Amino acid sequence: MGPWLAQNSIYRNIYAFLDGVLPAPLGWLAYFLAGFTIMFLLINGVLLLAAGMVYAERRLLGRFQARLGPNRVGPFGILQPFADIIKLILKEDVVPRGADVLLFTAAPVMMAAPLFLITAVIPFGQNSYLANLNIGVLYLVAVTGISTLAIFLGGWATGNKYAMFGAMRAVAQLISYEVPLVLALVGLVLLAGSLSLVQVVEAQRLPFLLLQPLGFFVFFAATSAELNRTPFDLMEAESEIIAGYHIEYTGMRFGLFQLAEFGGVVVSSALMATLFLRGWENPFVPQGWPQVLPSHLWFLLKTLLFVFLFIWVRATWPRLRIDQVMGFAWKVLMPLALINLVVTGMEVWLWPQPTTAQLWGMVVINWAVAGACLVVFSTLMERWGKRPTASVVPVRLSAEVR
Amino acid sequence: MTLQGEPVIINIGPQHPSTHGVFRLRVLFDGEVVQDLEPVFGYLHRGTEKLAEERAYTQIVTLTDRLDYVSSMTNNHAYVLAVEKLARIRPTERGMYLRVIAAELSRLASHLVATGFFLQDLGAFATPLMYCFRERERILDLMEMLCGARITFSYMRPGGVFQDAPPDFWPAIQQFLSEMPHYLDELEHLLTENEVILARTKGVGILPAQVAINCSVSGPVLRASGVQWDIRKVDPYDVYDRLEFDIPVGTHGDCYDRMMVRLQEMRQSLRILGQAVRDIPSGPARAPVPFFLRPPPGEAYAHVESPKGELGFYLVSDGGISPYRCKIRSPSFINLTPLRELLRGWKMADLIVIFGSIDINMGEVDR
Repeated sequence: MGPWLAQNSIYRNIYAFLDGVLPAPLGWLAYFLAGFTIMFLLINGVLLLAAGMVYAERRLLGRFQARLGPNRVGPFGILQPFADIIKLILKEDVVPRGADVLLFTAAPVMMAAPLFLITAVIPFGQNSYLANLNIGVLYLVAVTGISTLAIFLGGWATGNKYAMFGAMRAVAQLISYEVPLVLALVGLVLLAGSLSLVQVVEAQRLPFLLLQPLGFFVFFAATSAELNRTPFDLMEAESEIIAGYHIEYTGMRFGLFQLAEFGGVVVSSALMATLFLRGWENPFVPQGWPQVLPSHLWFLLKTLLFVFLFIWVRATWPRLRIDQVMGFAWKVLMPLALINLVVTGMEVWLWPQPTTAQLWGMVVINWAVAGACLVVFSTLMERWGKRPTASVVPVRLSAEVR
Repeated sequence: MTLQGEPVIINIGPQHPSTHGVFRLRVLFDGEVVQDLEPVFGYLHRGTEKLAEERAYTQIVTLTDRLDYVSSMTNNHAYVLAVEKLARIRPTERGMYLRVIAAELSRLASHLVATGFFLQDLGAFATPLMYCFRERERILDLMEMLCGARITFSYMRPGGVFQDAPPDFWPAIQQFLSEMPHYLDELEHLLTENEVILARTKGVGILPAQVAINCSVSGPVLRASGVQWDIRKVDPYDVYDRLEFDIPVGTHGDCYDRMMVRLQEMRQSLRILGQAVRDIPSGPARAPVPFFLRPPPGEAYAHVESPKGELGFYLVSDGGISPYRCKIRSPSFINLTPLRELLRGWKMADLIVIFGSIDINMGEVDR
């Protein structure tokens, strides 16, 4: 047991258990198996949550839309996602003529892989994580970049014009939105003083949602765009390009794309809970006091809160046009992220070791800045979105014109 | 030197989620921008005009149901008016009022569908559509009380309507009239204050009034361009000259105005319905007209303000039991005339939105 594992209690407990079970010469295997067990838990947890997300989304969208949603398979339709998955697995796997087979098959896998890679650094409970990378945030940003490539490959390899549209849009949009996404994270990193997600959670004496309202807004919007959910779902836009980049995918390959989307929502929500809502910590009981609920449950609840937020946005908003989406990234989110970064940087420079009172001062300042930005940017956007002056001269036709 | 992409031709349709039926557009795209397009239709052609030539005048009512299947009542209305003109039949007072009530309910139902699908095209995931359909269902319930059907009504006959409204129809429609304005307020409030909808529709797809008139466009699309033209006002039929209502007119002729004109028209329809329900006289709902009607030889053209525009029937009689020629002037088909001018230079997403704002119905385009 190295010192780097002293903190990680879940790993330690599993390791201790396995070490007791296995015969002495197989001590190295206990190491390996302990890590493997956590990976197993994480991957299956993500898959299960993604399935639950499918169910929750369909059900909640139904509620939002004044209908019932799926309620036939199992009690309250809980088994619906499993029925869907079984159906998808049994379906024929069509490779369209003219497709680049290698890339066509690789794209769904590349799409779903980052999902599981991200979970490696997320602390999903007190002292529970697979790896405490000291560059956790950077790792996140790097790993999520893979899906851009996967979407582009999928769209390109299909050889379908609609898919090509989706792929082209995806590249433009995803690359643009990565910039504000990263910039929004930098503010957090400044406040936390570390890139490691475990330390980001521990650094939150107040939830960063209070300290970084602008950062949260930018992060949420950019994440929505990265996951192509409404209002930024241009690459899937089913009213324009039907399904965009995965238009020709059938069976479980399509299922993997869906899994990537839904799992992406779950994982992003988990990230937001980690970064902005103190992760696994109990919001009501101060640190060091006896906890009533296990920390993993708190983490799950906070994740589900953000999942609900995503679904809510999806049920409510129409889609933006491509130029508006790009404009939003560069003209609105970019400046907002930069303003947030500058303000946070100055605060950290003023108060390197903030007391609680100074933290609350930061909250007030940041919210004031956010409010001012809201006013300024909404006025600007209104000015950009102005109609040309009335080009229509009212014509009155009398009855004699017939 | 600028990079030049190769223009690409994309078939939008006939199996596309937002072409409202089986409409096909061959579009030449330069990147995201529409350069040129060619509409292709006829996938839903059923030969209604030819079929009408071998049916009795009363039987053709059932054919007209299948034209604009979102508001069948107005099709019945236009056809029945044409037959009455041809055979010089005077419908009964109560029948005329009932026809106006049915037509206005139909207008409401059609505009709800138009608005809902327009928002669906904007990318709002069926949420507004579902709410619009919820209200439409209540209208269809009223229609069901009138004639027992929910889509293809076949309610009107030459000389009136085929049966009087049941007694429980009147309290039901009163309740509907008292509740619907609140829903319309809610809808308008949600639509006019959503930034995304405003950004997507304001200034998009401007149709100048002169172009609209030259293309013979009619209905809400024409009125959104600022032309005050409504068949109910300029050539009143049935009892519209006795009812008070206004014609909403747009100022810009863009998608937003087309949407708002429809919303305002729903309010005016409610006004008309209130007056018609209040003033309806007692009496027979239908004048006695023989089933095998033999109009004198001649021709007649009658038009109504359908939810989509000017729907006209041109009938030629040779004295037989079925028309010698039945020509349908379908508004959806003619409203597609300025499509190329409207769409060129806009982006793909705008193409879908502008196309949705015209509100066509393939049953009527292809006939």
